[in-house]
Amino acid sequence: MATTTPTRGAHGSRPGRHAPKPMTARRQAWRSRLWRFDDKASPYAYIAPFFLVFGAFGLYPLVYTGWIALHRVEMTGLDQMEWVGWENFGNILQDSEFWTAVTNTFVIGVISTVPQLMIALGLAHLLNYKLRASTFWRTVILTPYATSVASAALVFALVFRADGGLLNWVLGFFGAGETNWANGHWSSNIAIAVIVIWRWTGYNTLIYLAAMQAVPSDLYEAASLDGASRWQQFRNVTIPSLRPTILFTIVISTIGSMQLFGEPLLLEGGQIGAQGGTEHQYETLSIYLYNYGWNLGHLGPAAAVAWAMLVLLLLIAAINWLIGRFVRKTAA
Amino acid sequence: MTTTHTVTAPDRRRVSKTAGSHDEPPRRSRFKQGAGRQHHAGPFAYIALAVVGLGSLFPLYWTLVAASRTQDEVLDTTPPLLPGGNLFNNLEAAWEQASLGKAIVNTVIVSSSITLATLFFCTLAGYAFAKMRFKGRGALMTTVIATLTIPPQLSVVPLFMMMSDIGWGGQLESVIFPTLVSAFGVFFMRQYLLEALPYELIEAGRVDGANNLRIVWSIVLPVARPAMMVLGMLTFVQAWNDFFWPYLALNQQNPTLQVALGQLSASYVPDQSIVMAGALISTLPLLVVFVIFGKQIVGGIMSGAVKG
Repeated sequence: MATTTPTRGAHGSRPGRHAPKPMTARRQAWRSRLWRFDDKASPYAYIAPFFLVFGAFGLYPLVYTGWIALHRVEMTGLDQMEWVGWENFGNILQDSEFWTAVTNTFVIGVISTVPQLMIALGLAHLLNYKLRASTFWRTVILTPYATSVASAALVFALVFRADGGLLNWVLGFFGAGETNWANGHWSSNIAIAVIVIWRWTGYNTLIYLAAMQAVPSDLYEAASLDGASRWQQFRNVTIPSLRPTILFTIVISTIGSMQLFGEPLLLEGGQIGAQGGTEHQYETLSIYLYNYGWNLGHLGPAAAVAWAMLVLLLLIAAINWLIGRFVRKTAA
Repeated sequence: MTTTHTVTAPDRRRVSKTAGSHDEPPRRSRFKQGAGRQHHAGPFAYIALAVVGLGSLFPLYWTLVAASRTQDEVLDTTPPLLPGGNLFNNLEAAWEQASLGKAIVNTVIVSSSITLATLFFCTLAGYAFAKMRFKGRGALMTTVIATLTIPPQLSVVPLFMMMSDIGWGGQLESVIFPTLVSAFGVFFMRQYLLEALPYELIEAGRVDGANNLRIVWSIVLPVARPAMMVLGMLTFVQAWNDFFWPYLALNQQNPTLQVALGQLSASYVPDQSIVMAGALISTLPLLVVFVIFGKQIVGGIMSGAVKG
């Protein structure tokens, strides 16, 4: 867009400024000190808002969560905090529901991330061909990104409904029996993964496509001179060049799947959703946190759950890092 | 007249075949880098894209179908595939049951103030990180990126208590303030300004005797405008759709659209067609934005990714 026009205006609009003004020595000294201060302080002033807001509403609460986790705090009296030590942690770690939530979060994370990124990779490869109406295809594929979790979860709740659900109706044509999607452990986790895949595949596709277009073409030329087929080029040129991007999307998707909340909450809605299904069959960690804090009103254990999530996140980060190092070593 | 026609005819035919094309010739230059390997897509590619595209759009279409039917029709053993005539009844019912009027006003207030603040603060910070030298720049930028990996779940409990302490419990402020800045925004603006803003331009401003603020106002902001447009749309979409923290922080009387939608579906005996009408109301404004600016949003996500 017109980036040059305004700057040219800014540069040329004040021709008078070029003329040096007569100044006394003292004024000059004062001015240069002011300038130096301006230069020193400005960058900090510009980045300050980010760090102030992050400090106040991100970092401070993050640390404070640990303190709350050691107390009994009830929704009914937020200003009363009673020291209970490690009791909250002990309670959630002994709660089988907590481990169900950990498992579900992990399972849904895997069965949503893996297919999603693989589909995205394939789609990006298709979009990387010379296509008619390429922008149209990109926009269509990204459209689900513009939908909210709430709308997506609610419409998919109807699709996955046991009786009168769209999916069971379609499956009926193929002779498959009706599945009570929300009731089974695997089926409900699959249903939630489908919502996630639907919303995020387009986004990841575009990230891969961008990375593919940045791959230097001489790599492909060299490969085809060596007689590599298209599939070999994809495997041996595209994928290795995309490795950092793939790692990036894995990290982002993993963090995203740790946070799944709206999808399980609204799959059946109401009180059932707030505890992740009648048997907690699709309860995620975020739902578990919400149920403890906002449904049952015990904020202490909810804070302990938050810290458990932090630990899990660090664990996943460590695993990611190890895998990344391993991949780099084997590649070298 | 005839000569122009013959010259442009092949080109035009090519474009007209691409049903509903948003494509334009200059964009093709983007492909230059990989021009050597650009094969034409075969029919298989189009079929695959059409299938995926249909899968992308169908749930949205079916939201409209369900919103325009009665609950009985929606939950029938043979679900309807075409819109019915009950749309306005459902919209009205959703409007009344979920105080959607207030929710829309709230959502607009929240999304636009978050977007404006994010644009302002992130452009400033992005400029400082891209073009200014100061102590601790590298470490601070690393901190910014590291904050991207912290899920909001980790801090909602104390945040909720803090907000009630300050007197913002259940108020829009509690949703707006924590989101005034975004690490992604800082990163995005920095990446853009690194390339788009030449040092000569800043130097020229200095020679002209402009102080730093003046340089930001008359040089940085105009240069950053295209990236700000993209970041603005991405931020707006995100703020509009945000669910987790608003759902915890706001109450029934003062919801955003997504919160109202969540409450509508959690009501005692939710009528599914009315819930879908609510979903339609909450999604439609963004779909309109998306149809108009889809290309820029697509470009923005791609440019944000490729430089990262």
